[in-house]
Amino acid sequence: MRLIKNKVELNGSGTVTLCPEEPEDMWHAYNLIRPGDLLRASAIRRVTTTQETGSTTSARVHLTLEIRVKSLDFDPQLSQLHVSGQIVNETQHTKVGQHHTLDLELNRNFTLEKEIGSDGEGVGWDSIAIQMLKDAVDDGGKRRAEAVAVVMQEGLAHICFIGQFQTILKQKVEMSVPRKRQGGSDHDKMEFNTSSTSLTSNETVRPVLLASPGFVAAGFQKHIQSVAATSTPALKRLLPNIVVVHSASGYLHSLAEVLQSPSVKTILADTKYARETKLMDDFQDQLRKETNKATYGPREVESAVDQGAVGRGGGVLIISNRLFRSQDVAERKRWVSLVDRVRDVEGGEVRVLSSDHESGRRLDGLGGIAALLTFPIVEDDYDSHEEQS
Amino acid sequence: MSRHRVKAVAYDEDDFDDGYDSPDPEEQEFLEQCTAEVLSQLLAGSPSVTATRDEVQEALWHYYNDVEKSVNYLRNKKAKETKKKESAPAPAAKAKVPAYPLPPDLVLQEPPHFSAADFFRDSPWLNVPAHRKADILIEPLYPRLGLLGGAPESGGKVSKLAALAAARKKKEGDKASTAAPAQNAEVNKTPVPSTEQKGASLSLRERLAGNGKILKPEGAQSPRPLGKLSHPGSHSPQKKPSPELVKQNGASQVNSANVQQELTAEPLVKKEEKEQPTVNIRASPSTFASTIVGDVTRPKLTEPSPLFSTSLDLMEIYGQNLTEPFDFTGPSPDDVVLNAQSSAKGFKSKQPASKPAGDKKNQTDLAGGMNNLSVAEKVTVKSKNLDVLSEYQKSKRKNAMNFAVIGHVDAGKSTLMGRLLADLKAIDQRTLDKYRREAEKIGKGSFALAWVLDQGSEERARGVTIDIATNKFETEKTVFTIVDAPGHRDFVPNMIAGASQADFAVLVIDSGTGNFESGLKGQTKEHALLVRSMGVQRIIVAVNKMDSVQWNKDRYDEIEQQVSAFLTTAGFQAKNIAFVPCSGISGDNVTKRSEDPNVSWYTGRTLIEELEATEPYSHALDKPLRMTIGDVFRGSVQNPLSISGRLDAGSLQVGDQILTMPSGETALVRSLEVDSEPSDWAVAGQNVVLNLANIDPIHLRSGDVICRASAPIANITSFTAKVLAFEHLMPSMVDVHRGRLHVPGRISRLVATLDKGSGASIKKKPKIVAPGSVARIVVEMDHAVPLEAPTRVVLRAGGDTVAAGLLE
Repeated sequence: MRLIKNKVELNGSGTVTLCPEEPEDMWHAYNLIRPGDLLRASAIRRVTTTQETGSTTSARVHLTLEIRVKSLDFDPQLSQLHVSGQIVNETQHTKVGQHHTLDLELNRNFTLEKEIGSDGEGVGWDSIAIQMLKDAVDDGGKRRAEAVAVVMQEGLAHICFIGQFQTILKQKVEMSVPRKRQGGSDHDKMEFNTSSTSLTSNETVRPVLLASPGFVAAGFQKHIQSVAATSTPALKRLLPNIVVVHSASGYLHSLAEVLQSPSVKTILADTKYARETKLMDDFQDQLRKETNKATYGPREVESAVDQGAVGRGGGVLIISNRLFRSQDVAERKRWVSLVDRVRDVEGGEVRVLSSDHESGRRLDGLGGIAALLTFPIVEDDYDSHEEQS
Repeated sequence: MSRHRVKAVAYDEDDFDDGYDSPDPEEQEFLEQCTAEVLSQLLAGSPSVTATRDEVQEALWHYYNDVEKSVNYLRNKKAKETKKKESAPAPAAKAKVPAYPLPPDLVLQEPPHFSAADFFRDSPWLNVPAHRKADILIEPLYPRLGLLGGAPESGGKVSKLAALAAARKKKEGDKASTAAPAQNAEVNKTPVPSTEQKGASLSLRERLAGNGKILKPEGAQSPRPLGKLSHPGSHSPQKKPSPELVKQNGASQVNSANVQQELTAEPLVKKEEKEQPTVNIRASPSTFASTIVGDVTRPKLTEPSPLFSTSLDLMEIYGQNLTEPFDFTGPSPDDVVLNAQSSAKGFKSKQPASKPAGDKKNQTDLAGGMNNLSVAEKVTVKSKNLDVLSEYQKSKRKNAMNFAVIGHVDAGKSTLMGRLLADLKAIDQRTLDKYRREAEKIGKGSFALAWVLDQGSEERARGVTIDIATNKFETEKTVFTIVDAPGHRDFVPNMIAGASQADFAVLVIDSGTGNFESGLKGQTKEHALLVRSMGVQRIIVAVNKMDSVQWNKDRYDEIEQQVSAFLTTAGFQAKNIAFVPCSGISGDNVTKRSEDPNVSWYTGRTLIEELEATEPYSHALDKPLRMTIGDVFRGSVQNPLSISGRLDAGSLQVGDQILTMPSGETALVRSLEVDSEPSDWAVAGQNVVLNLANIDPIHLRSGDVICRASAPIANITSFTAKVLAFEHLMPSMVDVHRGRLHVPGRISRLVATLDKGSGASIKKKPKIVAPGSVARIVVEMDHAVPLEAPTRVVLRAGGDTVAAGLLE
């Protein structure tokens, strides 16, 4: 994403003009735009006019519309973002208050305005939003999709892109593979392999991780080799980048295990995904050791922050960006203030995990928020939990 | 021929009196012209023939004033007739039925038939222009002068009415049935259409006469060819001349009586026909006709018109019985009706569907017959309606037991079982030698016995069991089914599938130095815990590879001590644990006691004796049907879709309708095999192969559950379970296993940790559950899966079993 114009005021209100350049930028836009914001972008609107005689004509007109965002619809598979809301600028063809859904497009600028109302009902460009904006416009060049992973087991394969901020499941291949039977012919997985091949062949050169329990992945690699040598030479360029790793199952959540394997670690050592995964593993280790130096759940983490346990010297607040997507302004403010407090007051580290990654999903399972603590805290507030529940 | 004309004239008068037909003067003039031309051509032709004016006009009628065709027709007709007269002077009976039978050539040489449907395509229904009416009617009726077009043409409905009438007659007395044809015979012979019963026979006679002029008014009144199934219209003109008939049979019976007599007249005519030598020269019926009529001796039917397709369907629906009576080989119409009536009350037989009598009751039968027919396209298997449970009690089967063979990878599970099968002659020596040769060829000679069970090429190449293999063997008392589970940790899901089918387990332990220790940390432990948490009570520990440690008793004792301690903590009762030192590769203490002097210290049972000592298990036979699909495969050409598995509960028989979950599709059990032998039924605990029909394989996946529509298993997306934690439990992603079922899910909540003994809650909402403790947790899944309490589930994550427990 390119930052075209930045007019963020000190108080947090202001506008930003951005130009999305690649599909993942849509995901950033999805996280930046919140209900209540003003979004200005070019649009195509079908305008129907009624003549005095009663006949109607409709035409498609290009407009630049500004809407007050009501809801967002993000399609991660296609990286499409549809923002719907009410029009706030009057044009020749539209009236104020009419509804419109803006489809953000690649390489077309859009302007996002966040306001802080006089009585502070809006959130404006808070620290999280600024951070997200920085992430979005970070053009270090490392933001390409980082790997293609094929997680397989007999009769099942998930093909996904591991990106900087999200894991996109591109295709799920599922078919019934007959089990071995007495006297039955040897089951062949060729069909299953072939369908995977067709997809993989479209990819640009990236590390390809083949993961499966047992020998399926190795078999698939062999299959790709043989196919590359014979029928589809286009696959040849993939061959040096293929890494076969072990996973416990063919389901997507075993991606975590895939990224743990040493061979993958060397390839993806410093990617965001790997960092996040490592963080979650550390957290779970702490939890397992029952040192009371890790906690999860909104109430628990807040109490830990109150006690000053998430501070300098190893305190890490892990929070899923799903929480910031909340429709409720107060809810978002709650988390933003918590993050600000940990970072600025307590001096702890804050990691915002993408809920579209496997590690983020793990975190979501824990309530979306967790913390590594600097000292063990005792769980004394037992009854309060029950009240809450 | 003269008689023909006489008769025609008689009818002509009759009809003209009715005033139905008033020929157009222009038409008549044209007709006259054509007639003159035809006559001249006939005379001029090479075999000069003479024809009467009436004949010519009749021919012209039929050929729509086509002079050429009429000439051909008449010439042929004349030629035939002269031939006929020479060869066989018509007997007296024939004289009474003049125009029948039709000379075959006549029929054969008809021009391509006119399709009424085509003709009327552009005309509105029942609103046909007058000129067309007049034209069209002749053509289809013409061949009907071959007699009885009525019955076959009008399909089953007429016969239904006939049947009703016949039934009524039957009530009056059996004699009536014979009387009716007799009466008709008389009527037929009477040329003057004025006697009492004549009205009924009139329609028949009209057709017999086959006179275009007569038929014209009838047709003009109701477009007959279009209304094959609308008989009232076509019969109405016939009623008119015979009001007496109404008196006789009552107003409501007019049609039926009418038709009945028509019908009974048919056999009569045929009798006459059989007397005629000319029968032999008639051409055989067209394929279409024989399809309809199903009978060679039957008079030729009218031309195949598209409209007949409907009656064709009807014929099929009603079956052959409709047509059979006419060849006199089947039961008489009366008998058929009687049969139909008697069988209408009972369960279905061939008769009720095929012989609808006129009343409402039988019409519902007809509907039933229709339904049956539509199902007939699918596969229907009639259930024998066995009482499976009593059949099961009656049957003198041996006890059947499944046992799972579990243990760490390379403990020798497959080899031990291969040895067992080989020594019990469940596998022949020749196959074994073949395996040995092939195994040695790839340098894995010691795997030869394992190849008995490891059939997959990948399994053989790598020397590791990947998927479960089942094999069975028999002893004197019991049929055992081996479920050989893979030991490798990657294939624990397969092992879970296998263990879920087991009554008891054989834990194979590698006694080799170091191997036992690594196994105890690995899958020896995991498998034992898994089978225990899946409800297995009894476990036989086969301390394998004892030959590799020279049958060292100390080693054995050490292993026994450690394993029994572990198994006891895992929840096995001491009396349910048995130890056997053995060697799979050499076969010592497997089926036969070891000869080795080193083993003299062991006096206990051999492995096979321990197996036999196992108590048989009872299964929930009277519960609703449940079966987890183990595999979906193509069995053979006859059985394109088969599933295998073990019946968890309930019973099943051939012909049963079953429901698969989660797809919710129904299927039919076409046939089934119990322990690879065909059977009519199966009960819980048996290993079955079901050959299914009427379902798309897309709806079947291994792990799905088979149940009955009456007691379906629910698809759920979340469940609460009481589990024993093997690892730390926290809200996280897990794989949920139940038998073959393997779905991703996540622990969404830890409800409480529980006391192991009492089950009382120790700590509510724990942050984490420590290994070895019991907890109540909530698991959510992305997709609805068929699960119901009390089912045992296994939760795994990252290749390790994290928990196992019972659904609540």
